[in-house]
Amino acid sequence: MNLTLLAEKLNLKIRCGGDRLDREVSGGYAGDLLSDVMANSKEGDVWITCQSHQNIVAVSVLKEHAGIILVLGKEPDKNTLEKASREGIPLLVTELSGFEAAGRIYNLLHP
Amino acid sequence: MTLREIADLLDARVLAGEKHLDTEVKTAFSADLMSDVLAFAKPGSIMITGLTNPQIVRIASIVDNSAILIVRGKIPPDETITLAEELDIPVLSTKYILFETSGRLYANGIIGCVRKIEGPGSVIPL
Amino acid sequence: MSQKCEFSFPVEGENFDDAGKVSVEIKRLLKGLGITGDILRRTAIATYESEVNIISYAWQGTIDVRVTDDNILINIQDSGPGIIDIEQAMQQGYSTANDRIREMGFGAGMGLFNIKNCSDGFEILSEINKGTLLKILINR
Repeated sequence: MNLTLLAEKLNLKIRCGGDRLDREVSGGYAGDLLSDVMANSKEGDVWITCQSHQNIVAVSVLKEHAGIILVLGKEPDKNTLEKASREGIPLLVTELSGFEAAGRIYNLLHP
Repeated sequence: MTLREIADLLDARVLAGEKHLDTEVKTAFSADLMSDVLAFAKPGSIMITGLTNPQIVRIASIVDNSAILIVRGKIPPDETITLAEELDIPVLSTKYILFETSGRLYANGIIGCVRKIEGPGSVIPL
Repeated sequence: MSQKCEFSFPVEGENFDDAGKVSVEIKRLLKGLGITGDILRRTAIATYESEVNIISYAWQGTIDVRVTDDNILINIQDSGPGIIDIEQAMQQGYSTANDRIREMGFGAGMGLFNIKNCSDGFEILSEINKGTLLKILINR
């Protein structure tokens, strides 16, 4: 499963990194505490969060996530968007809640 | 699903509110940010979070959550449990991460308690 | 019969351990007055966010609740640094919270937005280095 397919299935909107959506999504991590995501998420995870400030990009780069999905209709602020574009981290948004997004993605990855 | 079925599905420990395990839950809201719970969680939904401080119990009481499900194997401090018993809010703790927890519950028919986000309506200045 | 009831609670800045205590008590009292459902919930959420705001940003404050047959009026007065740009503070996602506040699950920049969303009437008056008065009206 790659991000293009996930975006299509969940009707996610792409905010940046549209050229890197062919990355393989090996798993998912949902959480809003940066220290927790730093500690527990894995390489290749798609990170589902409602945190939109720029610090999320550094976490995602360090953990080598496949991409970030912002939930609950949150939009990345200007700095977040700039950083994510520069670092090549795909940033997608949805009006779904974190539970709903994680629930659906999990079930797409584990049919 | 009942809280008992949720506990079974997720190998969760019941830390408070044993007597409410037959309560039926249809919806869930997950967040580590309590402001989001206050903004979006609906009455009767189960709150899923990685936080463990007593605040989560007071917030569950404020928004009428049916229960709190703590993820990532965190065990809350005694004050949280005491407060949960006092305010009559069941508390469960599972070792699964939030992603896995959400996926399993979703596969068993639990849906998100909010589907679309709406901004504030018209509010009169006082 | 006409019913009018008032209560007032002090809130201490920085006291995160007790965050929400006052709001849970207010909710219990309002329930005792026969207020239920959505109105009770919105009042409780608005007072909770206000209480956390005092604890996070002010030195101390009070939450006054006045209940009449027609509405619930909540005045939250704090002594604190005040709000420099109220319009900016009202924006969803805008926050001046430090990391400590954020790791506790607060400071996501939703507070005032949430309060407004729960209110039928809403006003903020703030004076720099003196404090902030928040007035919230909820119709019954």
